[in-house]
Amino acid sequence: MAEPARVADAPLLEGEGVTFAYGRMRVLEGVDLSIRPGEFVALVGPNGSGKSTLLRVLLGSLQAAAGRVRLFGEAPEHVRDRGRLGYVPQRPVLASEVPATVAEIVATGRLSRRGWWRPLGAADREAVGHALASVGLDGMADRPVNQLSGGQQQRAFIARAFASEPDLLVLDEPIAGVDAESQRRFRDALVHLVEEHGGAVLLVSHELSAVAPDLDRVIVLKRRVLFDGPPARLTDEGVSLGVHRDDLPLWLEGLR
Amino acid sequence: MMAVTLPYPFDYVFMQRALIASVAVGVFAPMIGTFLVQKRMSLIGDGIGHVAFAGVGAGLLAGVWPVWSALVFAVVGALGVEWLRAKRKASGDLALALFFYSGIAAGVVLVSVGGGLNASVLTYLFGQPLLVNRHELQVIVGLGVAIVAVMLVFRRLLFSVVTDEDWSRVVGLPVGFANAVLAVVTACAVVAAMQIVGILLIAAMMVLPVASGQLIGRSFGGTMRWAIAISVGSVIAGLAVSRIWGPAPGGTIVLITAGVFAFVAIVKRGVAPRLPLPVDEPAEQEA
Repeated sequence: MAEPARVADAPLLEGEGVTFAYGRMRVLEGVDLSIRPGEFVALVGPNGSGKSTLLRVLLGSLQAAAGRVRLFGEAPEHVRDRGRLGYVPQRPVLASEVPATVAEIVATGRLSRRGWWRPLGAADREAVGHALASVGLDGMADRPVNQLSGGQQQRAFIARAFASEPDLLVLDEPIAGVDAESQRRFRDALVHLVEEHGGAVLLVSHELSAVAPDLDRVIVLKRRVLFDGPPARLTDEGVSLGVHRDDLPLWLEGLR
Repeated sequence: MMAVTLPYPFDYVFMQRALIASVAVGVFAPMIGTFLVQKRMSLIGDGIGHVAFAGVGAGLLAGVWPVWSALVFAVVGALGVEWLRAKRKASGDLALALFFYSGIAAGVVLVSVGGGLNASVLTYLFGQPLLVNRHELQVIVGLGVAIVAVMLVFRRLLFSVVTDEDWSRVVGLPVGFANAVLAVVTACAVVAAMQIVGILLIAAMMVLPVASGQLIGRSFGGTMRWAIAISVGSVIAGLAVSRIWGPAPGGTIVLITAGVFAFVAIVKRGVAPRLPLPVDEPAEQEA
């Protein structure tokens, strides 16, 4: 349960009655959600439930047909201090004509946070080192990213987001195809961000078993918000937070 | 005029001017090129060169020094290509082709109206570093210093944007501004390099050394440093060959960068993987 002081904090990310349609197909209908400082929230839902669309609307790359979105208290397209946002895309499309090292990629995470025109100082190098260690890539800083395995590459992109020491970290399916060891480090890093830095995390994922005990809330989306509450209540209702490609949709059918 | 005395083939003042101007181009062309290659816009230098040619034609017709008119045309053209690409009004490829062909056609028309293909026009098309005068040298070096300064300030932002444009946009980096800066710097580089390697070969100096550099370098920064080293070496060698045996310097310099690429590619891909083979060969013969 969140402490009362936290609840009083203004939401970092907020959607009210968010509606979106591709042509005539309604993808999101009256979605309400809010993420406050220090909250660790997972957004789940079956394929095609509108999770990715919702993320795009919340981050301002798509315009909601109706409803209101606020990122750091402002309309997402007008947020001035976007450096407070950390982002891990689902499938990053990284140009790799020229080899770039893990350290070079992760260091770009510092740019939006402290001004891209500033030279990288000791504090930046420390943050990059920290981020690399938190995903277990500390020994691979000088390796070209395009020579890493898929899981290692994904960890590099997570480290890039961590390096910005974000107030709000949004991750889109970051642990698909990542091995158990990486998942454990990943979980530790997220918990560290929430507990030590008071950051908030919005994790979109199919696979929550690695982080289930640490979650403050789970939001289940299927065009509308079907459930928004602590994971214990969700498990009480008979849904495991493990691999629920099979059981979650069944449970969702039961709710309708 | 110059205080230094250099050995043959750089003993005359005209060779020393050519050397300074060419080394300047040798530094800034691959520096920008590393970002262009990563952005998969390797041919942008060629496209902008064609637009610059229209500027040369306009300058000759209007009685303005063609370098200035080429600079104006190139900057406007580069921003136009970037605008079309960013607004997704056309693919990067198609946007390039639109400006590329309009530019060369306008250049041909303007040059023909202005008196046809004279020696001055040929200098800009094929480059002639040995004819660079003191004023032109000052402009080339001045543009070069400005380009390198801008690249040093913007390199981190540009690296992020050319490597992962979508992510850069989400976290609030000024993506459009960065792309515009890269476009303007590329245009300045094309015009500054125009008299050295020529409009037809400018893109080669931006791309070929990077092609070698990315085979040797193990990082983005390393690739850029290798590309600059290879480019400067090729420029010096090209000028020397041109002075000694007389081939056109622009083409000679570019052929040397191509030769370096062939050598590096063979060494890196050809020789190294073949090393374990002798162990396997006897087994194959038995089978």
